[in-house]
Amino acid sequence: MSELPNAILTLDRLSVKLPAGADRSHALAGVSLSVAANEILCVVGESGSGKSIMANAIMQLLPRDVSIDGGRVMFEGRDLASATTAEMRQVRGAGIAMIFQEPMTALNPLRTIGDQIGEMFSIHSDLSKAAIRDKVLALLEDVRIPDPKVAARAYPHELSGGQRQRAMIAMALALDPRVLIADEPTTALDVTTQAQILKLIRELQIRKKTAVLFITHDFGVVAEIADRVAVMQHGSVVEQGDVSAVLNDPQHPYTRQLIAAVPPLTAPAPRKLSDDIILTIDEVSKTYRTGGFLGRGARVTHAVKAVSLKLPRGATLGIVGESGSGKSTLARCIVRLIDPDAGSIVLEGKDWAKMTRENVRRETQHIQMVFQDPFASLNPRRKAGDLVAQGPIVHGTPRAKAIADAKELFALVGLDPSAIDRFPHEFSGGQRQRIGLARALALRPDVLVADEAVSALDVSVQAQVLKMLDELRERLGLSIVFITHDLRVAAQICDLVAVMKDGEVVEHGLAGDVFGDPQHPYTKALLASIPGGDFARSHASVSA
Amino acid sequence: MDAARRYFRSPAAVVGLILLLVVVVMAASAGWLYPRDPLALAGRPLIWPFSNPRLLLGTDNSGRDIAAQIFYGARISLLIGGVATAIAIVIGVLIGAFAGYYGGWIDNILMRITEAFQTLPNFVLLLVLVAVFGSTLTTVTIAVGVVSWPAPARLTRAEFMSLRNREFVQAGRTLGMKDIQLILGEILPNALPPVIVYASVVMAVAILLESALAFLRLSDPNVASWGNLIGLGRDVLRVQWYVSAIPGVAILVTVLAVSLVGQGLNDALNPRLKSR
Repeated sequence: MSELPNAILTLDRLSVKLPAGADRSHALAGVSLSVAANEILCVVGESGSGKSIMANAIMQLLPRDVSIDGGRVMFEGRDLASATTAEMRQVRGAGIAMIFQEPMTALNPLRTIGDQIGEMFSIHSDLSKAAIRDKVLALLEDVRIPDPKVAARAYPHELSGGQRQRAMIAMALALDPRVLIADEPTTALDVTTQAQILKLIRELQIRKKTAVLFITHDFGVVAEIADRVAVMQHGSVVEQGDVSAVLNDPQHPYTRQLIAAVPPLTAPAPRKLSDDIILTIDEVSKTYRTGGFLGRGARVTHAVKAVSLKLPRGATLGIVGESGSGKSTLARCIVRLIDPDAGSIVLEGKDWAKMTRENVRRETQHIQMVFQDPFASLNPRRKAGDLVAQGPIVHGTPRAKAIADAKELFALVGLDPSAIDRFPHEFSGGQRQRIGLARALALRPDVLVADEAVSALDVSVQAQVLKMLDELRERLGLSIVFITHDLRVAAQICDLVAVMKDGEVVEHGLAGDVFGDPQHPYTKALLASIPGGDFARSHASVSA
Repeated sequence: MDAARRYFRSPAAVVGLILLLVVVVMAASAGWLYPRDPLALAGRPLIWPFSNPRLLLGTDNSGRDIAAQIFYGARISLLIGGVATAIAIVIGVLIGAFAGYYGGWIDNILMRITEAFQTLPNFVLLLVLVAVFGSTLTTVTIAVGVVSWPAPARLTRAEFMSLRNREFVQAGRTLGMKDIQLILGEILPNALPPVIVYASVVMAVAILLESALAFLRLSDPNVASWGNLIGLGRDVLRVQWYVSAIPGVAILVTVLAVSLVGQGLNDALNPRLKSR
């Protein structure tokens, strides 16, 4: 493999052992790779591939029962795998710095941003307080936080997610480290913010000639930022090379499979949509009021503002938007988990917005929901079969028949029918999401509301679930409301797309029109922010 | 089954379980080993332990067999501990579940009532109840249960508040489940582990509360309980200290056993907390 001549950080057949009873014996099995100054190496892999363990192994931040049992981590002529705790303290921060996925949990909530960045200098240098303050402001300016003076005095919760990540980057770069390890730094961010952060990391890397080890699961991000790429599967590097070579001419079957699973950014050819409108959402609004005594100082949030949409029978309506756009509130209004303040939601002649709770409970088989989190949405103390049979039992189906039906539904969503006696934790994320889908389908709904139903899944699993959803729609005559923040996912499955921003629908229409010829500036900005957008478009034309 | 395996991996938890079993065996074998009434006269008053092979632990100030009273006392302690704990947990879980699930004014009313109970010292309230309703075994047991429910109620409420907006509960709601089905079928099984662990604390405190009552001679005088024996021994504490010390050790061992079992359950049911 490529022994880089100017490598700064080199992993040499690094192995990391997992505790007994884990699903495999080694989290990393002989990983060799190196990063040179002034380049970005993307390590890409699905969950469980060992990519995050690798980052923690380099920094000697492994959990107690996980340990390095072979190989070397060479940094500036030293082997970090055998370095003492005191030596590692010198390396961390000053030699190798790290940024994490979730800046909210990586920052101390009780101290100001300026304090926390300044701490880097007070630990590793003996600068005066005033000098540290100047350095901190300069750093915050470097990462383009608007109004650095205010940001330095702010607490983490007072900043937005993107600003927090900028502050984390400022902290990581404070001591001009030679290597920056970024562990999924943009995964928790909205797509427009993600684009800005990726650009920032790229700029800073070029200016400071830092070596960046960038860990991600997203080939779009790889296409956007990487110089070289290493693909990981089950704790081994299966392929590495220049980014253009790997993306355009992948050698290993796993790489090919991953790249094929990247959703193309072009909508499929439009289908003929029915004129029969099954669900009409008309001027629906939801407002939250928080705090304030006797109305003074109260904060009013217009989560959904007079949204009107129509869903033709048998079609898929995508609702896309960033966090805080009100798309999830709208979804919960449709299934009446939340009571809308105004407007009507008409399904089969009945206005769901004005039904009593008791009637909603009785009519609920007409409209069902699939939830986002495959781990939180299944009761951990019920067997999978029970979970699926629960709905029909509540509505009066005898238990034995409901369980028999559950077996059929398991087969329908591609699970082994004999698995109904297992508990949710015995299934993988993708399988759990299928259970959630089977549970919703058990009531034979007319309309299915899927709230970020594939967002927590790996790309290859995501592709399978989306394909299955599409088939089921055909077969069962479902109409689907599909909520997502990921435009690539929406492009794959939706006939109609509505783009939401700050509680309003700013643009809606046929998927092909919205993605091919966006009218509203926000839609244009969203599309432009998709990581690796050019790659996704060219990739689509290749696979089409 | 994982929980059982984790439980038996901890030596302290196993010791606690063995001690608790010893107390249970004592309670079960009392009638067989000491067929006579434990409160009947057995010999001279104040015989020292180990001086008379027939009365192994000696006699108290009225000449009753201490060993027999210890064995029968185990029954009373376990009975009061078990029943009072059951009463406290049932009341606490019901109130906590409704307050936590519904929130709003229901929560406000129920929690103000809970706080009213919490601001009074347990033992003072217990004295009042026993003074009003008399001190038979039944009233003492119920009274101990009634003063012990606020803490489990608060614990259950906190669990319900964090669980009620989980996606699996929302999923239950979209399936058309009634509130009572969501509370009992979906949320409660997930909220129970910490409450079960806390039950061991309630049980230990219940045993101590009964002993304290008996020490003040306010518990049921017609049953052989450890507390009664300690209360009797008070009069001869400076010379024949063993009359109070022997039941004291029995209480210590039982409360310790219950606490160790509770700690073991905690580690077994919440495995993630343990690997600190």
